[in-house]
Amino acid sequence: MLRIFRTVLWRDLLLAMRHKTEVLTTLFFFIIVISLFPLGIGMDKALLQKIAPGVVWIAALLASMLALERLFASDYEDGTLEQMLLSPQPLFVIVLAKVFAHWLLTGLPLVLIAPLVGLQYHLSGETILMTMLSLLLGTPVLSLLGAIGAALTLGLRGGGVLISLLILPLYIPVLIYGAGAVADSLLSHNNVQSYLLLLTGFLILTLVLTPWATAAALRIAVE
Amino acid sequence: MIRPMSLQAHELSCRRGDRLLFENLSFQINPGELLLVEGHNGCGKTTLLKTLVSLRQPDSGYVSWQQQAIGQWGDEYRAQLLWLGHLNGIKLDLSAIENLTIACALQGLQVSGQDVMQALDRMGLYGYEELPVRFLSQGQKRRTALAFLVLNQTPLWVLDEPFTALDVKAVDFLQGVIGQHVEQGGMVILTTHQQVDLTSGSINRLRLAA
Repeated sequence: MLRIFRTVLWRDLLLAMRHKTEVLTTLFFFIIVISLFPLGIGMDKALLQKIAPGVVWIAALLASMLALERLFASDYEDGTLEQMLLSPQPLFVIVLAKVFAHWLLTGLPLVLIAPLVGLQYHLSGETILMTMLSLLLGTPVLSLLGAIGAALTLGLRGGGVLISLLILPLYIPVLIYGAGAVADSLLSHNNVQSYLLLLTGFLILTLVLTPWATAAALRIAVE
Repeated sequence: MIRPMSLQAHELSCRRGDRLLFENLSFQINPGELLLVEGHNGCGKTTLLKTLVSLRQPDSGYVSWQQQAIGQWGDEYRAQLLWLGHLNGIKLDLSAIENLTIACALQGLQVSGQDVMQALDRMGLYGYEELPVRFLSQGQKRRTALAFLVLNQTPLWVLDEPFTALDVKAVDFLQGVIGQHVEQGGMVILTTHQQVDLTSGSINRLRLAA
């Protein structure tokens, strides 16, 4: 089981390395959206600090939607998805490996680029660390939930827009807890821990449940 | 009790949209047999094959493997099965070696790098192993996908138009591989518009007419 996880992970990372544009699009989209706010709103330090948590998290949400459509679509088009569905290996492990690869390529870069973002919004070192931590816990949830939407809209025309409509509402808890953690670290620190625990709880819940849902959705989509 | 290995279709019916493709179709395939599914374009050959490998649910009837419905076997049935569809099921950005290695891992086959190279050489892809498949011709892409047959030891092969895009030499070679598989007690279900010559085993023909 571990072997198939490693193989699928290696395969998806290898494919991404030969198609770098898809990875870089997400990252640059995130950077550009975040940079637009200071340009549009002005350099008011207090205001920028106040909106930073929300802006960072909304940008992360939208950026993670970008590459979702391709998560299963290219495998569906060239028939490799059929081969995965007919493999005797458990499908949820294959799904989990694909989602993990997706997160490494689209979620992790956002976490790593967060300090750069913090500088534009005059955030303190501590708040930047909190931003990175909340993104680290929250972005895997985005990939895991998004995979269900990607599987459900497989083979539909205009699937990209449909994914957003299906999945963005499900992202709301992550947005609230993630942005909440960062905002709280700016002000009081009273509730930071509870926000992070809620995010962690959400991560565990989606980690356990969504691969099954995605696997079931894939079987339906291929029919 | 050891149940004899066999694949059975029980009164299968399939619809596509509101068109009935076939109805009450029943047959059985035993070890050492080849089933050739024939019929004009659009008569439901691919739909039938997809139903047999559980990629598609029949509208009525069921498929059974060793007297038990394939839905109940789950992964165990899929472990006995090799499917090759219209789509080659290979990634264009990966090389032939990488594609074949991944296909083997998905099937749960333990193969060495040498086995993979030999299989590709036998498929006539010597010198093209390391190139991204994108740069190969249509026939060579098909050969990459078919190289999996050489390595595979699953009893049931379901092949949808395996001979498309292949040249005469490759068709001969592939017929040899299929013939050998049947000879060794394997089962093959395939669709084709070409003549298939087998040295041994029996060919059953199934003609679909919608």
